[in-house]
Amino acid sequence: MYEKPLPIVDPGTEFFWREAKAHRLTIPQCQDCGKHHFYPRALCPHCFSDRLEWTQISGKGTVYSYTVARKPAGPAFLPDVPYVIALVDLAEGPRMMSNVMTASPDSVRIGDAVEITFDDVTPEVSLPKFRLVREAG
Amino acid sequence: MAKMREPVIVGVADAPLEKGMLKGGGSVLQMQAWAAKAALAEAGMTPRDVDGLLIAGMWGVPGPGLLPSVTFGEYLGIRPRYADTTNIGGSAFEAHVAHASMAIEKGYCDVALITYGSTQKSERSRSLGGRPPVLTMQFENTWGIPQPVGGYAMAAMRHMHEFGTTSAQLAEIAVATRKWAALNPAATMRGPMSIDDVLNSAMVADPLHLLDCCLVTDGGGAVVMTSAENARAHGVKNPVHVRGYGEAHSHWSIGAMPDLARLTSAEMSGGTALQMAGVKHEDFDVVEVYDSFTITVLMTLEALGFCKPGEGGRFVSGQRTAPGGEFPLNTNGGGLSYGHPGMYGIFLLIEAVRQLRGECGPRQVPDCELALVHGTGGTLSSGATCILARS
Repeated sequence: MYEKPLPIVDPGTEFFWREAKAHRLTIPQCQDCGKHHFYPRALCPHCFSDRLEWTQISGKGTVYSYTVARKPAGPAFLPDVPYVIALVDLAEGPRMMSNVMTASPDSVRIGDAVEITFDDVTPEVSLPKFRLVREAG
Repeated sequence: MAKMREPVIVGVADAPLEKGMLKGGGSVLQMQAWAAKAALAEAGMTPRDVDGLLIAGMWGVPGPGLLPSVTFGEYLGIRPRYADTTNIGGSAFEAHVAHASMAIEKGYCDVALITYGSTQKSERSRSLGGRPPVLTMQFENTWGIPQPVGGYAMAAMRHMHEFGTTSAQLAEIAVATRKWAALNPAATMRGPMSIDDVLNSAMVADPLHLLDCCLVTDGGGAVVMTSAENARAHGVKNPVHVRGYGEAHSHWSIGAMPDLARLTSAEMSGGTALQMAGVKHEDFDVVEVYDSFTITVLMTLEALGFCKPGEGGRFVSGQRTAPGGEFPLNTNGGGLSYGHPGMYGIFLLIEAVRQLRGECGPRQVPDCELALVHGTGGTLSSGATCILARS
């Protein structure tokens, strides 16, 4: 039984989560200015165009900043302590919060290269997370 | 053209706390009614005089707190003709002073009452889990980020990475603030504390230790504003003048903060307020800024221009912000040691007014004529600045 918070999906985000379920990281890209953005919005936050298309991206990025949670965000996260929450600068530009999955949370540093991995937490939901490239393989 | 009516603060009050909880107990509405009566009494006024009501809080949502001025107006027994429930987080009350100033200048109201109340500690309603992962928070709370400390921790991590800021420098702020609290009988935590105590306290979210974090307490307060003319008519001897104000917000989710090592909202609101007041940084006798976490203070001082970006660590070192130091800061003991009820901003205003009126006893800053107050809300999201003067 998964007791951590699950995304309360809405019409603006449903496609993102459906793609994540299929282990694809897919975010909006503006057809006018060409920039990607995250989280998904109705208008491009760079140029305010509504000509947006869902685009699968590489899943590669670097750690912009992070913290190691020593106290859990509620009881459901207690078994995970200490765990890493990071802001990842995706290769395509946007910044995305997620977890860096590692057995050594104290080793994570700003600038670390990371890549996408999907955590199938329930039959319906897969959460996009990251792992350190140096630990992959 | 008629001369603009000048806005002044004529009354302040805060609810007495005992061990961080409302002394004698009470509901969040009672607490605000008592504070309102006390603040109005300072100006020889009663709720009957109030025609503008400004309020923000986290109470009663969902439910009556969704319409807080409507609810509290009824509770108080008044029918305001001006209401403002702007809620941009803990900085809301500095924005309320700005909005009330404009309303008073314009003649849209004569007496504005700003109130806040929280019984979060009595109710044990605070948790690190935050709110449900709905709308934008689908992309935050799902990952187990402790709210709000996780976002501030990421900012601190980035600030350290870019500028070499250290945990010991952040601890300087907590220690200096505790020294001010020791001089304030109303403060919750008054015992001695060293930099090592901060560094040795439990890590909550790297790099922030427990003693880098504000307290979790109850708290309530009220601020009364009117025109200088009306203040004179009520025989107010010590009105505090509002010389400048500004507000801004830059993001909600920490992932959307433009630059985690720079407090964009404070750069914006501070710039607006300083320009309006026409004063220089060295003119301020006391500075009261939001201290949800030590990093909040450091980034605020940089953003407001008291030092350059990245120099905050050196600026606060050597206990420069402690009693007797060159830069009196957070003189009531701050959110770090006085109390932090969730949205702390109103207490910055209350302390600045008391300093300008010379009422602060052992912690009084000598010849205090000009104060800067800056609130921060959300996750380094919003900022609002007020510049207050004795004359």
